[in-house]
Amino acid sequence: MPTFVRTEKCDGCKGQDKTACMYICPHDLMKLDKDGSETGHAMKAFNQEPEQCWECYSCVKICPQQAIECRAYADIVPMGGSVQPLRGTDSIMWTIKFRNGQMKRFKFPIRTTPEGSIEAYKAGKTANMANLEGPGFFETDGQAPLPGDPSQLIRL
Amino acid sequence: MSEGTFGNPEVVEEEVDILLIGGGMAACGAAYELGPWIDQLKAEIGRDVSVKLVDKAALSRSGAVAQGLSAINTYIGDQDPADYARMVANDLMGITRDDLAYDVGRHVDHSVQKFEEWGLPIWKQPGDEGKSLKDGGKPVRSGKWQIMINGESYKWIVAEAAKSAIGSDNIQERVFIVKLVNDKNDPKRIAGAVGFSVREHKVYVYKFKACLLVCGGAVNIFRPRSVGEGTGRAWYPVWNAGSTYSMAAEAGAELTMMENRFVPARFKDGYGPVGAWFLLFKAKATNAFGEVYMDKNKELLNDYPPYGQAAVPASCLRNHLMLKEMKEGRGPIYMDTPTALQNLAKTMTPKEIKHLEAEAWEDFLDMCIGQAGVWAGENIEPEKTPSELMPTEPYLLGSHSGCCGIWVSGPEDVGAPDSWNWGYRSMTTISGLFTAADGVGASGHKFSSGSHAEGRLAAKGMIKYIRDHKDITPELDTPVEQLVEEIYQPVRNFLEHKDYTTAIDINPHYITPKMLQFRLQKIMDEYCAGVATWYQTNAKMLEVCEHKLGMLKEDSQKMRAKDLHELLRAWENYHRILTAEAHMKHIQFREESRYPGFYYRADFNFVDEENWKCFVNSTYDKNTKEWNVFKVEHVDLVAKPTAGH
Ligand SMILES: Cc1cc2nc3c(=O)[nH]c(=O)nc-3n(C[C@H](O)[C@H](O)[C@H](O)COP(=O)(O)OP(=O)(O)OC[C@H]3O[C@@H](n4cnc5c(N)ncnc54)[C@H](O)[C@@H]3O)c2cc1C
Ligand code: SF4
Ligand code: SF4
Repeated sequence: MPTFVRTEKCDGCKGQDKTACMYICPHDLMKLDKDGSETGHAMKAFNQEPEQCWECYSCVKICPQQAIECRAYADIVPMGGSVQPLRGTDSIMWTIKFRNGQMKRFKFPIRTTPEGSIEAYKAGKTANMANLEGPGFFETDGQAPLPGDPSQLIRL
Repeated sequence: MSEGTFGNPEVVEEEVDILLIGGGMAACGAAYELGPWIDQLKAEIGRDVSVKLVDKAALSRSGAVAQGLSAINTYIGDQDPADYARMVANDLMGITRDDLAYDVGRHVDHSVQKFEEWGLPIWKQPGDEGKSLKDGGKPVRSGKWQIMINGESYKWIVAEAAKSAIGSDNIQERVFIVKLVNDKNDPKRIAGAVGFSVREHKVYVYKFKACLLVCGGAVNIFRPRSVGEGTGRAWYPVWNAGSTYSMAAEAGAELTMMENRFVPARFKDGYGPVGAWFLLFKAKATNAFGEVYMDKNKELLNDYPPYGQAAVPASCLRNHLMLKEMKEGRGPIYMDTPTALQNLAKTMTPKEIKHLEAEAWEDFLDMCIGQAGVWAGENIEPEKTPSELMPTEPYLLGSHSGCCGIWVSGPEDVGAPDSWNWGYRSMTTISGLFTAADGVGASGHKFSSGSHAEGRLAAKGMIKYIRDHKDITPELDTPVEQLVEEIYQPVRNFLEHKDYTTAIDINPHYITPKMLQFRLQKIMDEYCAGVATWYQTNAKMLEVCEHKLGMLKEDSQKMRAKDLHELLRAWENYHRILTAEAHMKHIQFREESRYPGFYYRADFNFVDEENWKCFVNSTYDKNTKEWNVFKVEHVDLVAKPTAGH
């Protein structure tokens, strides 16, 4: 189900040099048509290779205008259904519309900490070069976190 | 340097100590582990130690976890890492490196606990809500090794930690690495990498002492089942193009088990996950007549002792039993979701059932939204209608239920033969070139968490390497101008010939990356055990395959790129061709059918424990373009069941 951009909703990310959808697509699919020469709609984004879209919804979730939606792949799925998210800071809401008109709504948590709050080395733990060889991470003092039963290793 | 243009890119040269190539789970793990070690290393050697991460996409949503996940598939908990290593071996038909699997097993939980601390919601058993894993909170298990999560933002969170660890200034997004460069003074050492920006007219030339090559696995080397607008909906994320395997091979690194592949059986067309349905909801898969093929065809498992007789038979064998039904005309295959939900409903309140329904949908919405789209479009309500299952086209990977990849140095304290380690954990046979996760062959079942943990192990290996080699100066074996020329060749092909014809795509002087990919997929599908032949091949078909791939490789010199986006596609497809060639060569060499259900050598349609219970490794010579394929002895480091015991 490739993405499509709603013409009247997309504002081209207000002419910034990086649009949100171009920035995020893992497969380099979203593109801003600066002068309208590719789509007839200047300063609006479009999916330049819809048959390569993984429907990962990264662009859908990030678009500040909610201008991006998905349309199930025309060569496989009957028309009329839709699946649309609204991603907040700690949860995501999904609206699923079936071909027969039935609707389902779900809300799931997405993270327990505020976005941008992660400090990798908050605990202030340092590494010890003496532990560079052998198992363990910098935080586990030369020990494997789960050492296991050594008798299981039959060649030791 | 003046600003670049399409035909004339600006060249940016940079030298760092450590380059991380790729920005997925492994790279984020490495980035996190590196920080405190770098601090110590700086103090020890008395100078700065620099690191850079390059990703073809944006770190927050790149790699296989871009969309999110609904489960973390490797969390050991109170089990023993040896049991984990045994499971990995059995699922991969006996030929894995216990040292590598065991090492992941004893480290992986720490990464999962970090994810939780960083903000990933992990499901807990009733009574333990709010209690972290670290403090002994009991997770909800959907299987022996899997735990359930609310994983929509999984990659976002893990990437945020990686950015915080090495600093956003040291992360270069939207640069696609095309090739590695060996050292001028030592061809067995790596000295650099070159790639190009997909956003600006720039070629990047990196020099470094060590690098971690972690670009994921390979998809779209076989013709996918969907061929129209739905082509993008492969099970494996379409953006990982085999860069890990091809660049390592060209650099001279030894590969291992490239004959292995993964053919997941998933919900048809959307390729939505089935794990929660089987494991959490206890659903059964049946043929069109309601017969449970895992029971009905049980005796087929006896052909493959001991791998078929384990509590959970190897993944490929489960496909094998399903394929019998399909090939004998008893399809379609269904996941019997209504019966499963009815059974659960017998002991549940309506509120609990509603909750269960939400969980079933979340399984898709967290990691395979496309499947929800298929169900919505086809009016499928799982409580009323069963859903079709289908085995996909083959994918190559080393961290999920597959084990192809690169031969690396393992841990030294678990009893491995001396030839399995050479001083630096996770280093390939090329000095300074490290890998992890999908890059490491002969292990598998690391999944997202194990990939992160393995990236961290590799980080330590690189620190040790830099300490021991602090005085080497990397020198590229190829002049920079030549490297730039090579990378921009598809652009030259286009600019030089585009006006020869009136139709931009049809031109006798060049081939579009898209057509190159179609040709690759057709060859692999029809001759190298793709879906067209029910995953069967033989020596004669492989001979044809080899011949056709040879010409395809020659024609790859004539790829065109009309813009930077197409230049990306061109090099992705070049990586796919080499990866495909390695796969074909290994299947050709291994004269047995080690993975029934994933592929069959019709001319050797059996598992031959006596002659082929060994690794198959290979090296590639980028100058002669020849492969050298050979056997390497296999040894168990943890006790395993054998046939008949
Ligand atoms: C469909 C699917 C479902 C899965 N489900 C689960 C699950 O439920 N639970 C679980 O625990 N695990 C799951 N996994 C496994 C998990 O996602 C992988 O094990 C893990 O992501 C592998 O990590 P990696 O770093 O090797 O590759 P990835 O995470 O895929 O990262 C690869 C990175 O390399 C970059 N890259 C690629 N080529 C280049 C290049 N040439 N130059 C620069 N950068 C490049 C990509 O942009 C990306 O950043 C799943 C995997 C898949 C494919
Ligand atoms: S992110 Fe949304 S508003 Fe911005 S360019 Fe893309 S579609 Fe338009
Ligand atoms: S859904 Fe994913 S693959 Fe498709 S255009 Fe959006 S970001 Fe790209």
